[in-house]
Amino acid sequence: MLEFAAALFSDYTARTILLGAASLGVVSGVVGSYAVLRRQSLMGDVMSHAALPGIVVAFLVAGAKERLPIFLGAAVSAALAAAAIGLVTSNSRIKTDSAMGIALSVFFGLGLVLLTYAQHAPDANQAGLDKFLFGQAEALVERDVAVIALTGLFALAVVLAFWKELKLLCFDPDFGGTMGFSPKLLDALVTAVMVSAIVIGLQTVGVVLMSSMLIAPAVAARQWTSGMGRMVAASALVAAVSGVAGVAASAGLENVPTGPAVVVCASAVALFSVLFSPEGFFTRRLRDSRSRREIRKDYVLGALHRLALEHGDPRYAHSEKLLSLGSDEGFDVRKSLSRLEDSGQVERAGEGDWRLTPAGVRAAARRAPSRGAGE
Amino acid sequence: MSPHQFDIQLVAVLVAASCAVPGTFLVLRRMSMMTDAVSHSILLGIILAFFLVGDLSSPFLIIGAAASGVLAISLIETVNRSRLVGKDAAIGLVFPFLFSVAVILLSRYARDVHIDAHSVLLGEIAFAPFDRLVLGETDLGPRSAWVMGPVLAANLLFVSLFYKELKVSTFDRGFASSMGFRPALVHYALMSVVSVTCVGAFDAVGSVLVIALIVIPPCCAYLLTDRLSAMIALSVFFGLLAAVSGFWAASFLDVNIAGSMAFACGALFCLVFLFSPDRGLFVMLAGRRRQKMNFSEASILVSLYNLERREPPAGGHPDSRTMFRSEDFASRVVGFLREKEEVRVLGENLVLTEKGRNRARATVAGEPDSAGR
Repeated sequence: MLEFAAALFSDYTARTILLGAASLGVVSGVVGSYAVLRRQSLMGDVMSHAALPGIVVAFLVAGAKERLPIFLGAAVSAALAAAAIGLVTSNSRIKTDSAMGIALSVFFGLGLVLLTYAQHAPDANQAGLDKFLFGQAEALVERDVAVIALTGLFALAVVLAFWKELKLLCFDPDFGGTMGFSPKLLDALVTAVMVSAIVIGLQTVGVVLMSSMLIAPAVAARQWTSGMGRMVAASALVAAVSGVAGVAASAGLENVPTGPAVVVCASAVALFSVLFSPEGFFTRRLRDSRSRREIRKDYVLGALHRLALEHGDPRYAHSEKLLSLGSDEGFDVRKSLSRLEDSGQVERAGEGDWRLTPAGVRAAARRAPSRGAGE
Repeated sequence: MSPHQFDIQLVAVLVAASCAVPGTFLVLRRMSMMTDAVSHSILLGIILAFFLVGDLSSPFLIIGAAASGVLAISLIETVNRSRLVGKDAAIGLVFPFLFSVAVILLSRYARDVHIDAHSVLLGEIAFAPFDRLVLGETDLGPRSAWVMGPVLAANLLFVSLFYKELKVSTFDRGFASSMGFRPALVHYALMSVVSVTCVGAFDAVGSVLVIALIVIPPCCAYLLTDRLSAMIALSVFFGLLAAVSGFWAASFLDVNIAGSMAFACGALFCLVFLFSPDRGLFVMLAGRRRQKMNFSEASILVSLYNLERREPPAGGHPDSRTMFRSEDFASRVVGFLREKEEVRVLGENLVLTEKGRNRARATVAGEPDSAGR
């Protein structure tokens, strides 16, 4: 495995493949950010499945060796699916989710029909065609990488040129519309960019899982930042790294298809981010429980202090029971007390009784005025 | 029809009918794309159960698969509820991941088993007649039929037992929970049904095309009726139609049967979308055109009517064609008005007839436009 990894970075062919995977990652990471922010993630899924019939038709017409017709065919049929969804949703009561389901399954079904037809065609060498389902990065040659890079540059140029407009489209399309940036036009632009990202990913990741290349990196990036620029950059980085890692894993281990390998890498990063980013699932829980603990400690300390002051002695002892009577949420006072004991602010004064230490008195007195002002 | 062809169609028909029943509710609940998630995620369940049991025909595979479908749904909902990820992205994040793990496990550790990544996508309904259920000496028919038959029966039973609950929680969730129907429970019950159906259908049509059978027939029905019971019946009908016509098209062209069935679904949907008597595209376009014409005619009539009230028409009034997009269109509108004898032409100008004046008056008064029809 190590030898192999070393070979990957020294070997010319391997470098080509990795370069392809990385540039594909950059493009899909950038484009995917817009899909995720606009809540259109599943459009990527639909369009990548819908590319299949276009690929097969291009293959039947132009043959396996020609990449450009295949890219074009994929783009045309993906765009057709997007247009069909628009047509159906704006002219009937079919909702977007159903329209997407229809477009996805019908185009993909047609693609399978054509694929099996192509397998019967007399001199069709369809060996390369199957690879479009789950992707095979090893087949990438220099020219493919050039196409990926060029298409990617086009997509990036569009995103940079219309940065402000697209940002408005994501967050406030109505306002954008009143400023004269037609949401319809911009929507078409985003779709076009998305189609080009999907098309160049088909060969590496495959039609079935390409959508994940758009979604997972963007979801991961979104967890770490709220800045548009930073999110797009982070998403591109995540996607590029996952692309390279997935391709390397698929080439280094036996019988691991490239598409799934890349997707597992990207999804793992997304999953980790959702759980452990500063606003993540676990991080938030952890922070919540920590602050709950602090508030309870604070409450117990204050209560003990107030009760003691009524006896004229700040270090007057009170029973645990009395303290827990005052806590309206019924939390475990003993836990808070033993935490306070650990930090030397309270001490035991006989069976079930507690009193403040001098340090505890100082701490409580420091907090008391502000609490008094609030009451 | 050969016995083989009969067997394949039997399985296809059972699959299509089983899918159409829960599909109706998915479409109405706007959860069509959840099918995508379920149908992909069950693969992981099938494979993990297979590693545990080591037998492809074990009923544990079906249970494991159905469980993983429901698990995927609840995972998606957990991710979504954390408010960190939108619903669409949650779906798009969870199922490709589960599916990828499944495909990797499959191609690495289960290569010699007869499930492979290909049949997962394509389905193997063509092989259905060869996998038979034999009890003792008697041949009871294709095994898939013995799987899908009970699935269909269970789906029908589920829908008829909980018809009221499903209906209320689909159309008015808040009302359902105030009536004590527990919409969340209904939701998970429905998702379990979908999951089991996908597992059953998986062998026959694969994980992508099951979406066609679940989503498209109910969509066709949705464009034809407003009654839930009629919608279920119609979607079953469309499902059967697509299954049978798809099969014959496939055997005629010698192509993949599942793909052809999905395409047949699409073709049926196109027909309904274009020609539905109430909501078809053509009827709607004609309606829009009629509305536009009515409005344009009324605009001319009303403007003439207003001018005429200000100063009596000696030589008529101009036809205010500047309010239209083009001269051409204005001339056509005036032509229609003349045909209906609602205006007369006086040189360059127009004069209202009594009939036209009545229609203008009615329009101004906000009465329904009877003259325009």
